[in-house]
Amino acid sequence: MTEAPLLEVAGLSVDFATRRGVVRAVRDVDLSLRAGECLAVVGESGSGKSVTARALLGLAGTGARVRARTLSFEGRDLRRLSGREWRRLRGRRIGYVLQDALTSLDPLRRVGHEVAEALEVHGLADRDDLDDQVIGLLAEAGVPDPDVRFLQYPHELSGGLRQRALIASAIAARPSLLVADEPTTALDVTVQAQVLDLLRARVRAGTAVLLISHDLAVVARLADQVSVIYAGLVVERGPADALLRAPAHPYTADLLAAVPAVDGPARELPLVRTGPPAAGGCPYAPRCALADDRCRAEPPPPVPYGPGREVRCFHADRERPVPASGAAAAPPRVKDHAVVSVRGVTKRYRSPGGSWRTAVDDVSFDLRAGEALGLVGESGSGKSTTARIVLAEIAPDAGTVLLDGEAWSVPRERDRRARRSRIQLVDQDPLSSFDPRFTVERVVGEAVPGRMSRRLRRDRVAGLLAEVGLDDALLDRRPAQLSGGQRQRVALARALAPRPEVIVCDEPVSALDVTVQAQILALLARLRREAGVALLFISHDLGVVRQVCDRVAVMKDGALVETGDVADVFRAPRAAYTAELLAAVPRIDVGWTTERAAPAMNLEGLP
Amino acid sequence: MTAPASYGPAALPRLRVGAAQAGVALAAAFFALVCLAALAPGLFAHGPDQVNPALALRDPMPGHPLGTDQLGRDVLARLVFGARPSLLVGVGSTLLAGLAGSAWGLLAALGGRLVGEAAMRLADVLLSFPAILMALLVVAVLGPGTRNAVLAITVALAPGFARVVRAQALVVRGSAYVRAAVNLGLTPGRILLRHIAPNVVAPLLILATINVGTALIAGASLCFLGLGPQPPAPEWGAMLAQARDYLDASWTLALFPGAAITLTVMSATVVGRALQARYEGREAG
Repeated sequence: MTEAPLLEVAGLSVDFATRRGVVRAVRDVDLSLRAGECLAVVGESGSGKSVTARALLGLAGTGARVRARTLSFEGRDLRRLSGREWRRLRGRRIGYVLQDALTSLDPLRRVGHEVAEALEVHGLADRDDLDDQVIGLLAEAGVPDPDVRFLQYPHELSGGLRQRALIASAIAARPSLLVADEPTTALDVTVQAQVLDLLRARVRAGTAVLLISHDLAVVARLADQVSVIYAGLVVERGPADALLRAPAHPYTADLLAAVPAVDGPARELPLVRTGPPAAGGCPYAPRCALADDRCRAEPPPPVPYGPGREVRCFHADRERPVPASGAAAAPPRVKDHAVVSVRGVTKRYRSPGGSWRTAVDDVSFDLRAGEALGLVGESGSGKSTTARIVLAEIAPDAGTVLLDGEAWSVPRERDRRARRSRIQLVDQDPLSSFDPRFTVERVVGEAVPGRMSRRLRRDRVAGLLAEVGLDDALLDRRPAQLSGGQRQRVALARALAPRPEVIVCDEPVSALDVTVQAQILALLARLRREAGVALLFISHDLGVVRQVCDRVAVMKDGALVETGDVADVFRAPRAAYTAELLAAVPRIDVGWTTERAAPAMNLEGLP
Repeated sequence: MTAPASYGPAALPRLRVGAAQAGVALAAAFFALVCLAALAPGLFAHGPDQVNPALALRDPMPGHPLGTDQLGRDVLARLVFGARPSLLVGVGSTLLAGLAGSAWGLLAALGGRLVGEAAMRLADVLLSFPAILMALLVVAVLGPGTRNAVLAITVALAPGFARVVRAQALVVRGSAYVRAAVNLGLTPGRILLRHIAPNVVAPLLILATINVGTALIAGASLCFLGLGPQPPAPEWGAMLAQARDYLDASWTLALFPGAAITLTVMSATVVGRALQARYEGREAG
């Protein structure tokens, strides 16, 4: 690893002109990447990590101004390239893997054509055995039965296979650099593990990989070098293992601490303040536990910190105070009677081919009052269909659902309507579940039962917002103007309004940044304690389930394969499938976070 | 997307300030003026029916800035007073078509499979005739006159509205916020009134603005054929028809009512499209 870097970036800045002035999306970023190395750029949404990747591909967009002191790739200065030269470089020397494989593949073209095009565009196609070339590439990208798959259309492939087809087309021209922007984000854990292995194999084969990710566990698994980016600034960079084991910047430390772990005892996640970055001084100062007047006044310059490391912080050497955690005062009361009883529920759908597909297969479980039951499984396992049956949005073909011992899955909606308020839903995308014309006040107010004056209703809504840690200044805002975390809180406030016994949470935190996720999880734990509400918690993220739930039910192909106490199931899974799921979860070695105690802290300004 | 990235201290690309905005403002102002003329023609001119045979078929002159017609009536006054019947046909029929089409579309979307299918096939059949032909058919049955012209254009336009409303209602009915409302235990009637109808109507208002142009042209066409308001009522289409007989003597006589129709239709369409762009932009954001 002594040869010159393949990619050398110094002082990269990207600005966007917007109606409200210039947004500095990326500021003075330095990167350096050698062949056979993986560099991860990590950050929360809006941190500028994807903009960085696109700038390196010449795809920053027409509204962007890109500047750099150095931008060289394979010894070429990229700063002076024309659009045509960029096109020749992209795909040929730099491969690009996007997050969303379904939208980046042409739905009307066979997968093989997509891969073949990458060869043809760069004049690498061998007319006589193009098919063999494509099949070879698909096989290399880990696509099983490539000779069958290359004739199929994207919609006929699963998410994991689509991602692999995309990788196959990205590596078709043998680029020396692969830029992967959140390559595993929408995938199930087992598939995620396979795609990561595939990328790992490319790195070993000598390809340089620039990985863009928000997921520290994925980064830990793949990256040699890590750059942590916040508000467009690289706040810390260095070798992956050293950086993840002993983070120097408070932001890195907060990010790591907020990741819910699958192993070990359930620990209370620390609650980090969230909010927009500061305009002057250190951008992280408003959220930082160590921030002082100096941090707020001047931006910290990058300083060396150990071998190969650099950090932008005045306090990198200081002892960090333990972040406040949402320590449970008392464990939630779980009563013995079942609020929801699912008894032998089956739901089948007719597939377009005319055959029947069993989405939910003879599923039975009880949700006890005040309990949190996790429902885990991969996409297509029937989790969400089960949730819809529990919510009585769809009727089961066989079996029944009881609510407080009374028939709930009855055919007539009229017999159910008055009891609807007892089960509420919080789903993954809160914004779409709000009427776009409504203000926060009306969204939540509609869920407050009974007739009352507008003023009284407004007061009740303000009370509910306070319960979920929101200021009543948001009452007159529209949900579209809120941040992701705030929207999910509004959704929770609405779900709480009719004082339900059960809240069905369908992937409630999977669209959120880890620090915001930690806050919402703490909020859910508090609501359980205070409101005594039971949760049916659906998630593909086992760490989150470990954090929130008392019991867990594992689903595969529509059937329950294992049910039991969360700690027991995760420690010693009985079903082979559960063990497989657990083994596939990427882990970070975060010894320092699990060892420390969770003292009581001042929770001011936190949920 | 493939524009080359700029490097080095270059100027930020300037935001495209909508050059069309001036045009939209102009169109809105003109449309507002026409509406004002329709509401209070007395503000602008007097005596649309004042006959003066001595001054027949004059070109524009002091006192008669747009000239006079074959009976010596002031063209400007007739244009101003013609705004009301012209707009009445255009706007009135659009409003009626919007209302009828909304009910029709909502019924098709929410009224069950059989009702929905029947309602939409009927719309397909009606839409397969050109609007003006449809309107002529209705007038042929009902007879000429302002009210019947309005009804005729309503019948011609309503199926278009029904189609849009049905599509939008289906989208809204499947939306997560209607799902949330069902989960709160709201009754179907309340969900329809509080969530579905308002969210369907917002894009409809824009469609209606654009449709005013179509309706105005259809109305003017009916009147041109003598099937609208009967003489001596001033109406732009009818004025145009009368001017046709005197083209040899005074070509300006046809010019002004034609320009009035064209400009009004254009301004209504421009305003409608601008509203649509704005609404869709908000949706995307």
